[in-house]
Amino acid sequence: MNFEFAIIISNAKFLLIQGLVGIGKFGGGTLRLAVPAILLGFVLGVILGLARLARRPCIHYPAVLYIELIRGTPLIMVIFWFWFLVPIILRKPIPEYWVALTAFVMFEGAYIGEIVRAGIQSVPRGQIDAATATGLSYMRTMVDIILPQAIRNMIPSLVTQFIILFKDTSLASIIGMMDLTKAAQTVSERELRPFEMYIFIAVVYWIFTYSMSRFSRWLEIRMSPEQAPST
Amino acid sequence: MLLSGFFGIPYDFRWSVLWEAPHYTWIIDGLWMTLRISAISWVFAVLLGILFGALRTSPFRPLRAIATAYVEFFRNVPLLVWLFFWYFGAPEVFPEVIRQWLIHHGMEFWSAVAGICVYHGARMAEIIRAGIQSIPKTQIEGALSTGLSVPQTYRLIVIPIALRLIVPPLTNDSLGLLKNSSLAMTIGVAELTFATRQIETYTAKAFEAFTAGTLIYLGLCLGIAFVMDRLERKFAIPGLIARTERPEH
Repeated sequence: MNFEFAIIISNAKFLLIQGLVGIGKFGGGTLRLAVPAILLGFVLGVILGLARLARRPCIHYPAVLYIELIRGTPLIMVIFWFWFLVPIILRKPIPEYWVALTAFVMFEGAYIGEIVRAGIQSVPRGQIDAATATGLSYMRTMVDIILPQAIRNMIPSLVTQFIILFKDTSLASIIGMMDLTKAAQTVSERELRPFEMYIFIAVVYWIFTYSMSRFSRWLEIRMSPEQAPST
Repeated sequence: MLLSGFFGIPYDFRWSVLWEAPHYTWIIDGLWMTLRISAISWVFAVLLGILFGALRTSPFRPLRAIATAYVEFFRNVPLLVWLFFWYFGAPEVFPEVIRQWLIHHGMEFWSAVAGICVYHGARMAEIIRAGIQSIPKTQIEGALSTGLSVPQTYRLIVIPIALRLIVPPLTNDSLGLLKNSSLAMTIGVAELTFATRQIETYTAKAFEAFTAGTLIYLGLCLGIAFVMDRLERKFAIPGLIARTERPEH
């Protein structure tokens, strides 16, 4: 077969502006989905992580149940759940974008919750004891003493999770949201050029995820000069 | 009832759709397909992982570069894109013989296996590399200096320790593979998620269908996690390896 890479150039505007960024008549957009999903997922993750560490059973067990339930279910199933449930709860049809956003936040929140829990547990107990001994309340201890140290420990796993979330946003195309994957699908059906299209979006995804992982490596070394690799 | 009571929305539950005539066979066939596709992909993924994980630690630079390129490219692109690529894109460039064979032997199935095993192979290569590199050189030197031969050193020292380091994250990733096999439905493989969607389409009983699918996945994942956890505890080296949590997708 002969490759026709000109097809990429002629469709680049649709793929990148509509598919990747989400500006256009279809809404959606990989970045427009990924960025709020990362931010809100992080917020939910911190809440779930803290809830899982709480001593009160009525807070602890629901958090454990939620995290284990989500972590044992494929993302696509979670998306289908929200696709079906959200319109019922809100009693009106809602755009795929909002279904996808809800599903991603709820899904990633569980994974980030586990990272937050591990990060908090990596802070030595003495820190909590010392903060309590100086008379700080639980909230102040968490916000001023524990979380700043914990977040530093969490950064590598968090960035890994953000990369995973960025890749996962491609699943929004399954419920018909116009993201990069859906845009490529649309174009390849019209032009009958699947090979070129999927290689192209693979490269686009790769540029984002790879730079995120380089950034994470850089951050890791920067934030812990005492652990900088000797090689 | 739960839903209608809570949100005040009428929804007529009919759980019997799950065990009515054709529906339960869809679920059973779907589950069997999920297990089959996961098992085959897993075997290939582990082989790729061992090969490229070992190459990543090779002292010969070009080999290392090839392995790094494979790992960094394939694990950083969404699995869904790989599935579409292997199903829609790649067959175009295959020779006619291979394409004909694929068409007659279930192209969806083998495209899904290719996508999943290449993607998870890259992830497993990273896990295996980390496991190999976490064994200090001094331990190998120490073993050799006690008079063990190189094969003995590997058999008695390196592999037993490396396996214990590799198995927990590998289990995690294997569960990820099992869950990711659900993406095969997008290219028409009739696995478990496909079956639940089919029941939902035919009966309009989404709640019941998704509940069944979710519970089966949950049971599989929790079951495997439980068994592997028991094994890890049984084979743990006291005081040497702390149990680490690696929340990964």
